Amino acid sequence: MAEVGPVGLVWVPVLAVVLAALTAVTATVDGALTGRADRPWAELARLLRQQRRTTLAADTLLGRGAVVLAPVIALLMAAVVPLGSWTVSDLSVGVVWFNALDVVLWAVFWLAGWGTNSALSLVGGYRFLAQALAYELPLMFALTAPAIAAGSLRVGDVVSAQHGLWFVVWMPVAFGVFCLAVLGFTARGPFAAPAGRDLAGGLTAELSGVDRLLLSAGRWALLVAAAGFGVSLFLGGGAGPLLPGWAWVLVKTVVLAVALAAAGRRVPLLRAERFTEVAWLVLLPAVLVQLLVVAVVVVV
Amino acid sequence: MTLQAVLLVAAALFSVGLYGALSQQVVVMVMMGLELMLNGVILAAAGFWWFTSPSPDGQVLLLVVITAMTVEMAMGFAVATLLHRVRGTDSADAVTDLRG
Amino acid sequence: MLSGIAFWVLSVVAVGTGIAVFRVDSMARASYALAVSFAAVGLCLVLVDLHFVGVVTVLMMTMEMAVMAVFMVMFMGMNPALMPMSMTHGTRTPAVLAVGCFLVLGGGAVLVPWPERRGAPVADPTVALGAALMESKMLVMLTVSAVLFATVVAALCLATTRSRYDRFGDDLRSRPSDPVRGGVGR
Repeated sequence: MAEVGPVGLVWVPVLAVVLAALTAVTATVDGALTGRADRPWAELARLLRQQRRTTLAADTLLGRGAVVLAPVIALLMAAVVPLGSWTVSDLSVGVVWFNALDVVLWAVFWLAGWGTNSALSLVGGYRFLAQALAYELPLMFALTAPAIAAGSLRVGDVVSAQHGLWFVVWMPVAFGVFCLAVLGFTARGPFAAPAGRDLAGGLTAELSGVDRLLLSAGRWALLVAAAGFGVSLFLGGGAGPLLPGWAWVLVKTVVLAVALAAAGRRVPLLRAERFTEVAWLVLLPAVLVQLLVVAVVVVV
Repeated sequence: MTLQAVLLVAAALFSVGLYGALSQQVVVMVMMGLELMLNGVILAAAGFWWFTSPSPDGQVLLLVVITAMTVEMAMGFAVATLLHRVRGTDSADAVTDLRG
Repeated sequence: MLSGIAFWVLSVVAVGTGIAVFRVDSMARASYALAVSFAAVGLCLVLVDLHFVGVVTVLMMTMEMAVMAVFMVMFMGMNPALMPMSMTHGTRTPAVLAVGCFLVLGGGAVLVPWPERRGAPVADPTVALGAALMESKMLVMLTVSAVLFATVVAALCLATTRSRYDRFGDDLRSRPSDPVRGGVGR
């Protein structure tokens, strides 16, 4: 397995194309699993030609800026994911970079709820902040576990440290919390309350046309980019027989993203006030015990 | 990028924060001024670290400053919440006297 | 060269959005202008090789500004319509003081003969920071953790309206009475 090396920022457009392709594949497979494989494409066509509807006294700077930022953050998340032995940016603090980006998502989703001057979308934004406050600390500790096991914050080093045994095998709690948090910051599955049906779509209630397309595509792209990061951190990156490293990363990313979306559909909606207690009293001690186990294994 | 440039920018941030902290009426806006001042302090500390003595001990100071900012924000929000609940106001001018 | 240009761009953004915090008309814009200012300073830190501290600054400050925006809207009312709001008690004295402060600090920054650089940065500042925190600066870590714990307790005591006697009854024996039952059932 070759060491991961950076290829420079000039490859960012290529990465954007790869991310868009993976998002399209994931959305199509997910659509096929729910009965209509061309639903994402039908939505894309519908939203591209839909006229943008504006609301009264909307804060367009913040609202539209946030909606544009959603796919950009997915691209920034994907920039530290190693595809085999190439990565766009070999940031020495890649794990913390991912963490910082999913906190910027707090701002993005709240601003998307605020921007259209609509009560229901603002409630969706507040719901997102409420559940994000709950899952964020377990996520931070879950991201620390592979970093401790690898002895480094570089994503390339974490991938290399999984040569013998994938981290998901002996860090299942961290992987479970990571998956929960990915569903959380894409507002999907059990954490879909910000975009829930009781809010007439919540965050997406007043968005139309290009804005709605950017937010929906951004949420899918975030799922794919975070799945790619999870593959690097827990599922061994590009390790596997037959195919080259980068192909395995792509395959595993799509599989994980589709699995997360499908699992999210199976779990009922969690209310933020109930989930908060579970997150702080059950998940956080569990992840801390997991961290203790990892640290003991690393030292001993 | 020299030490003087970094310190000038830090001084500008500090001064803008000072203006905000002194002129604003609402408690949360005063806190924003304080945050800007600490922003300037962080930048100045980072500049001193890089240009004068880039040892790990200086980074510890940076983390302490960031922690101090977090503590200040937490206590400030708690006080603002309490103020709003008890006095029904958010203005610092309304609480200049102790109520007997 | 590139880092010099990046530094000047980031510093203009930081100071500009810092001034914008006190000039815009809406609370959400003020909070997020401050968030952008913090992000710019965080990226400046990344430019001087403080990767971990810079990214952590961006992380924590974005989180704090998101929470601050919630508090701003809660206490100052909804104002997405961008009505002009001026919430100051006089601007002349603070402006004079601020300009004076900038002149003093900036003059000191430019005129003081700063010492030469001592030592070179290690190859991995993050590892060095971790080692320093765990070994020679462990006392700082202990103090900070105690202070943070005290902050959590103090902030909760100040902010919460209900005590455990409100929840469990006067003899602390009843079932918890919350407006919404928590997920664990405490």
